[in-house]
Amino acid sequence: MDELIIAGRSFTSRLMVGTGKFASNAAMVAAMEGSGSEIVTVALRRVDIDNPQDSLLRHIDPARYLLLPNTSGARDAEEAIRLARLARAAGCEPWVKLEVTPDPYYLLPDPIETLKAAEVLVKEGFIVLPYINADPVLAKHLQEAGTATVMPLGAPIGTNKGLRTRDNIAIIIEQAIVPVVVDAGLGAPSHAAEAMEMGADAVLVNTALAVARNPGAMGVAFRKGVEAGREAYLAGLGKQQDKAEASSPLTGFLHDK
Amino acid sequence: MDIIFNGTSRAIPHSITIQELLDQLHLDCRQVVVEHNRSIVARQRLADIVLDHGDTLEVIHFVGGG
Repeated sequence: MDELIIAGRSFTSRLMVGTGKFASNAAMVAAMEGSGSEIVTVALRRVDIDNPQDSLLRHIDPARYLLLPNTSGARDAEEAIRLARLARAAGCEPWVKLEVTPDPYYLLPDPIETLKAAEVLVKEGFIVLPYINADPVLAKHLQEAGTATVMPLGAPIGTNKGLRTRDNIAIIIEQAIVPVVVDAGLGAPSHAAEAMEMGADAVLVNTALAVARNPGAMGVAFRKGVEAGREAYLAGLGKQQDKAEASSPLTGFLHDK
Repeated sequence: MDIIFNGTSRAIPHSITIQELLDQLHLDCRQVVVEHNRSIVARQRLADIVLDHGDTLEVIHFVGGG
């Protein structure tokens, strides 16, 4: 059976989903169910006393989904470490999607602070899944520091642009000793399929599901995209070439003399 | 007396514990995580800590995120 194994734990699904930006909890649940996902990300924020909200966790069955808290909002290593510790204290398993994004416009991850935080969190026993730009050298450093995956971005968060970092992701996949999860920027099932065809081990999608007219159906579409891409990768894709190569026999034509 | 609650000043009664404050604010301690003066407070310790004037309290919970 083709399983995704992260830090010794196996998963059937290779599609992780985020829970942000959905119009309702029902839409979020529909997307999660449609996607077949087993790992869902969540964020930590201050409670708003003046606007009490329904608890998010009431809608996520812990027997079905591994909760993967992120450190979104962290601007440096210290803030990310603080958020990771809070998530663990809240009762989560010690898994963390490490993200450090000091720049609010492109939300690009800070490589230096991410590496610093990863080193500390790995030592504290966290299973660290770092969100990074598609930088193969950084990916190597993080793996050496003991991260459980690397999560290179396809394009900036929420842009739906697809695999703009394709060539560097290919290098990361070629050199990886841990699963490579393409995260951010995947706006269509074809983008997810493309990442999987290249040999990515999994993808993470949020915005594309949350903004869909029908998030549940889009979850299904992404599941199929990920499965198709994975199966094609395992089946072995043909090489690209410049000249045509006929699929039909080049003998026995009617015009042959 | 006043404490800094989630970044803003808030008047609270004297000699109140964190647990009592959460109860007053209708916050379920199973759904939040608390940091008191930058230290994480284990759930079973919430009823032991009495707040002081000028203390900083962060009460955090999970929200949707990618």
